[in-house]
Amino acid sequence: MATDHEIHLRDRLTRLRSLNLLSGTKLSGELEKLQRQLDRIQTAPTDEEIWRSVELARHQDRPYTLDYVERLLDDWVELHGDRGRADDAALVIGLGRFNGRTVALIGNQKGRDIKERTHRNFGMAYPEGYRKAMRLMEVADRHAFPLISLVDIPGAYPGVAAEQHGQGGAIARAQALMARLEVPTVACVIGEGGSGGAIATALTDRVLMQENAIYTVISPEGCAAILWRDASEAKKAAAAFKPDAVHCLELGVIDGIVPEPEGGAHTDPDAAAQLLGESLQETLEELESVPAEDLKRRRRAKFRSLGVFA
Amino acid sequence: MSSRIDVSIEHRNVPEPPGKQHPNTCPECNSHYRDDELEAALWVCPHCGHHFPMRARARIASLADEGSFVEEAAELRSEDPLHFFDLRPYTDRIAEAEMQTGLGEAMVIGQAAIDGNACEVAVMDFSFMGGSMGSVVGEKFSRACDSAAERGVPLVSVTASGGARMQEGILSLMQLPKTVCAAEDLHDSGQPLISVMTHPTTAGVLASFASLGDVIVAEPGALLAFTGPRVVQQTTREKLPDDFGLAEQNLRFGHIDAIVPRPELKPYVSRLLRLFSRNGD
Repeated sequence: MATDHEIHLRDRLTRLRSLNLLSGTKLSGELEKLQRQLDRIQTAPTDEEIWRSVELARHQDRPYTLDYVERLLDDWVELHGDRGRADDAALVIGLGRFNGRTVALIGNQKGRDIKERTHRNFGMAYPEGYRKAMRLMEVADRHAFPLISLVDIPGAYPGVAAEQHGQGGAIARAQALMARLEVPTVACVIGEGGSGGAIATALTDRVLMQENAIYTVISPEGCAAILWRDASEAKKAAAAFKPDAVHCLELGVIDGIVPEPEGGAHTDPDAAAQLLGESLQETLEELESVPAEDLKRRRRAKFRSLGVFA
Repeated sequence: MSSRIDVSIEHRNVPEPPGKQHPNTCPECNSHYRDDELEAALWVCPHCGHHFPMRARARIASLADEGSFVEEAAELRSEDPLHFFDLRPYTDRIAEAEMQTGLGEAMVIGQAAIDGNACEVAVMDFSFMGGSMGSVVGEKFSRACDSAAERGVPLVSVTASGGARMQEGILSLMQLPKTVCAAEDLHDSGQPLISVMTHPTTAGVLASFASLGDVIVAEPGALLAFTGPRVVQQTTREKLPDDFGLAEQNLRFGHIDAIVPRPELKPYVSRLLRLFSRNGD
């Protein structure tokens, strides 16, 4: 009986894997782009290049969510508060027009100067931030607005109040809500995709990553502190757990890589925004042709197929 | 080599550091027990009520009716997709954990009955690499959800985990959305998830399926925190309340439904299972 079950599941997994591959092809569109992605995979980044991604993803001039909002959305209206107890400035939400359609947007926001960084808690959301995001997800679902999520969080905030306000539960429920949405959803990691704080807003139909973004289960420093018992071994840790876009694509964790201008997104925010906009548009167009009920089913099937085991 | 003798003399009258305490010595009241005494008491200190860690097999024996448990997916094993090497290769760590625990992974799943109520159970074991969640734990929980949905029975999960398994990198983070989607599929099938959080249920497991129970209960004194007290202290230098992150604080702040001492857990869960069963039998 267990074997029947296993065969059934393996069969389903195989079918899903081939499905993923197909949609990946469609996503990349032109042959040239596809070829470029393939080339990237074939030349796996070196340890040095991985560390360069870590540095670029955290670069102080790297464009943040609101820099992209300003360049990509018309009629942007930022919304505030979780309707419970606070307005978490580390996570912005709002509505705007993206290429002619209304979209709901969620994004982590870091600060530029000390004052803003403190105000935005260095981009580290409290549980209130995830609840604020959930409130907008409900609006999107109710009005059939596609959801765009820009991920750029060092990690969930490790503080006393964050725990008392239910950090773990909030991250779990934000994901659960995203698994229930019946609108097209796309996430793009635009800087640091840090652990639970990142996945809380990244359970989406398509997950993209900018070329120099990183997506990690724990910060390189945190990993080094635990496994090497020395936070200064962060470089070694990063090389070992491979948080760069190419490896994430290879592992099936993301669906596509968004190119950045030469030298990184901070060298030319306008060009970076244009490239991001093109990828988001392509992805949404593809998702908008899928029936709502199928979106949800496929989204769950995709995430349920992630993992490597024997 | 001869220095070993000197060390033993030097340390003769020095009390053992708390981390080195014998596993059968109660960290709360220092009472010491034989294995069979602890086993008979469900690994709860008879003197002060401290809950010792409980292994997955023992947990299943304490919850499931005798002879009712049929294990599923026992053959699943971790692979090493990143060829991860920190101070030692990941494959060595897995092999060692398997030898030490006699388990294939940090979670055991299967069909069971609790006081005659058919259900599926998914039980974690902290002894296997700190109960960390990698691809196999995620897959096992996912299959437990399917098994419960297919048979139309509730799922009872018992968690004990330090979080995601770093050695599997980003794939371990992906076990959060994976188990969340599985739990959502289970909910859609109309079956409940009863989540029992034991010491410790932290980080990735707390931030995924463990928090999605229709009912969430915890054992007394269990640490249930996304970020543990040591990291919070080091990062923020905040003064921590005495019961920071413990089950008692979580109950006060409304994150869990009840704190249930281990000897009362089986009747408590079986009452819930009766309440959730449609025909009330």
